[in-house]
Amino acid sequence: MKVVNQLTPSIDGKGLMMGRHGYTDDFADKNALIIKVMRSPHPYARIVSIDDAEAKKLPGVELILSYKDFERRPFTRAGQGYPEPSPHDKFVFDEYVRYIGDEVLCVAAVDEATANKALKYIKVEYEILTPILDFETAKQHSVIIHPEPEIHEMFPIGFKPLENVAASYHMHIGDVEKSISDSEVVIKESFYTQAQAHSMMEPHTVNSRFDYQNRLVLYSSTQTPFHVRRIISQALQFPLSRIRVIKPRVGGGFGGKQAIHGEIICSAVSIRTGKAAKLTYTRKEVYESSYTRHPMRLDITLAAMKDGTLKAIDCYVLSDTGAYGEHALTVFMVAGSKVLPLYNKVDSVRFYGDVVYTNHTPAGAFRGYGAIQGNYALESAVDILCQKLGMDPILFRQKNMIKEGETSPIFSIMGEGTEGTAMNMDTCKLDYCVKRGMELIHWNQKYPRTQTKKDIVEGLGMAIAMQGSGIPYIDMGAATIKLNDDGFYNLLVGATEIGQGSDTILAQIAAEALMTSVDKVIVYSSDSDLTPFDVGAYASSTTFVSGNAVLKAAETMKHQLIIESAKALGSEFKDIEFDGEIFNDSKHQKQISLKDLSNRLYYNHDQKQLMVTESYVGHKSPPPFMAGFADVSVDLLTGEVKVNHYVSVVDCGVTINPKLAQGQVEGAIIQGMGMTLYEDVIYTKTGKLITNDFMSYRIPTRMEIPSMTTEFAESYEESGPFGAKSVGEIGIDTPPAAISNAIYNACGVRITSLPITPEKILKGLKKLKEHSI
Amino acid sequence: MLVNLIVNGQPRSIEVAKGEFLLDTLRHLDYLSVRRGCDSSSCGVCTVLVNGKPTPSCSLLTVRLDQQEITTVEGIAKEAEKLATHFGHEGADQCGYCNPSMALTVYAMKKELKKPTLEQIKAYLVGNLCRCTGYQAQHIAILHYLEDQS
Repeated sequence: MKVVNQLTPSIDGKGLMMGRHGYTDDFADKNALIIKVMRSPHPYARIVSIDDAEAKKLPGVELILSYKDFERRPFTRAGQGYPEPSPHDKFVFDEYVRYIGDEVLCVAAVDEATANKALKYIKVEYEILTPILDFETAKQHSVIIHPEPEIHEMFPIGFKPLENVAASYHMHIGDVEKSISDSEVVIKESFYTQAQAHSMMEPHTVNSRFDYQNRLVLYSSTQTPFHVRRIISQALQFPLSRIRVIKPRVGGGFGGKQAIHGEIICSAVSIRTGKAAKLTYTRKEVYESSYTRHPMRLDITLAAMKDGTLKAIDCYVLSDTGAYGEHALTVFMVAGSKVLPLYNKVDSVRFYGDVVYTNHTPAGAFRGYGAIQGNYALESAVDILCQKLGMDPILFRQKNMIKEGETSPIFSIMGEGTEGTAMNMDTCKLDYCVKRGMELIHWNQKYPRTQTKKDIVEGLGMAIAMQGSGIPYIDMGAATIKLNDDGFYNLLVGATEIGQGSDTILAQIAAEALMTSVDKVIVYSSDSDLTPFDVGAYASSTTFVSGNAVLKAAETMKHQLIIESAKALGSEFKDIEFDGEIFNDSKHQKQISLKDLSNRLYYNHDQKQLMVTESYVGHKSPPPFMAGFADVSVDLLTGEVKVNHYVSVVDCGVTINPKLAQGQVEGAIIQGMGMTLYEDVIYTKTGKLITNDFMSYRIPTRMEIPSMTTEFAESYEESGPFGAKSVGEIGIDTPPAAISNAIYNACGVRITSLPITPEKILKGLKKLKEHSI
Repeated sequence: MLVNLIVNGQPRSIEVAKGEFLLDTLRHLDYLSVRRGCDSSSCGVCTVLVNGKPTPSCSLLTVRLDQQEITTVEGIAKEAEKLATHFGHEGADQCGYCNPSMALTVYAMKKELKKPTLEQIKAYLVGNLCRCTGYQAQHIAILHYLEDQS
């Protein structure tokens, strides 16, 4: 291959480094009304009255909107296919506010100072209600967070709002109780994960205006422009045909921009005033009022025979969706569906639980999407089991883990809101990933621990992981390729570049298939008026789903080109050979260049525009796999952990762009490491999130990062474009368990709640000491 | 009040409000490479050079900068392009939102430190947060950029 799997710098890297315009706020109208949202100071309250008379008198205040200005029409902000597997439990504004930071009303004014001043002039009286701030007590609590009658599920997802349950699920294979009682060694443990915050560098932002055709045009920093268009239309009852959503360059998403944020309010302001408007979240709003990863409690039971044969996995999950149920069921499902098949040889599996409402910041999509929570619990539990078995955790995994050519019944049972899709692992190089990772981390020399200084111990730990490549039979991507005079192409895709490099890798796929270079493929992504449909950037779908659509489109274009060249040369289709530049009929010694053919098509003979569109929907979701290895130091005096080295060996099929794939893995490893060690989420007793800026919410800086070694297994997935699977999420899954296992191996302390802070380690060390006396 | 800034070598006289921050002033003047990541000078995204020194523009009052030299990435275009070439080779660019601010900080470091070590680079750039890359590829690219004599 000449372009795919070769070093190809990002097509946009230079322009972005040089500061060229491109992000949402760069397109805001200079005279746009500035929208500011008043946010609830109470975790749960009913709005008794709103007095905005004084604010309305302020010069420059254009509009104030509250629940009184909207029909009660529930929708979900979740950026998912339609009908959404998330409950319709949100109103544009509501009489009830359900978390500190929830939307009370908004002001649109000529400038920010006026909007902020107006907010201060508005008096809101609340009836303060008792909140639920502990998710373990939420189910069937006497307080009901969503008592309103209009809310509903779109199809059965176990939605029981009167019990504070946004979704629930139960599945089992085999007789779990019997498998457990028949087993020789059983362990049980509960794990807790926190409400990690995406912390992308560009805050949520949107701007809107009416264009000269009287259509509503939005620029939005979103991962799902087509879903955004649909949800605005539905929530505001504004015709879909009069909405255009443009996704310009996005400054990071990680799932945080999969759902709707300010788009509906901003649209409502433009619709009511006819004027341009803009809504940008402050960093505090990004933390308090967008959404987080779902915090979970995962109760795991593993049962095995003394020889290390795993017999049963029993997993109960309680997930906290906060005030609204975006992605409630689907994140929960992935905690099972993209984790449990790792150990496919068990006799029985049970996976069940509830997703409950609380009066905290809502939870939603976040890279890993349940898999990281499930992986932390299962891969920690496996090491706990191995400890009890007295078995090397790598030998245990090699014996029990899924291998190439095998399958798991989980695939057909567990989908995302619907049933799953049965599939065989046509590519699964986990075996290689584990072996290679052991070499790179020097497992045999260093496992389990080495004492480097008097108070410093080093330990190794590892975990294996899998993800998916889009949602089969649901996620659709389409691509249009247009030929231009002079013989270069436009590639129009709905696939959503959010910084992960999809514009570049999709250009590479097209260039490879058309036998040309990346600079001859001009990419334009995600504009609901101009590009074909794509569900957006989520579920690790872009390379696999959108990439397949691009490949199909490129092949169809090639076919069309050969037809046209045969016409131009007066040759038979079968006699033409095309090398990307020249159409050659060697039999009759005739040829024409692509450049000449293109110019002929547009200017001289048989004039016509060549433009093709192809679509792709996956019939399976081939999982990428990886083995992650952590080498950590624990300071026995302070409890501090330092990750010295992290090894990732990944099977994501063929890497379309090896360096960008490595960037996906390493960026995800550091996000996973942040969740494991640093990113503490602290609420006050009254429900206020106080880790709400970059000072109090500690994402990893350059100083904390380990050295990283990232390699890719040789692997070719037949169903993927040029053999590729996905790679966007898989990297985030292993750090919690691998680092946690390494800490245990270093100092004997097992931490079962994230993040693993020095305080928790010191407490654990103290306990160990007490036990040993 | 009227403030005279020197932006990328060009004198700019502008009327600003007393409480206006440099970030807003520059964006208002269409220096859109200067961006907001937070409002507490803790992420580094809004970094510009003030008299050659990397400074967060989100917390700097414009009125204090009369006759001061402000450099945005547009003012160091050639160096930014060179750095971008090395970022491209290492796959170090992802969302790009913070890249102009990083280019400015790297440029200032190059002037200030002679042959910095990896640890010195990390310490100099610690105020430039990145949530995408995991930093390692950036550091390799920056080391190559510093060695690049072209």
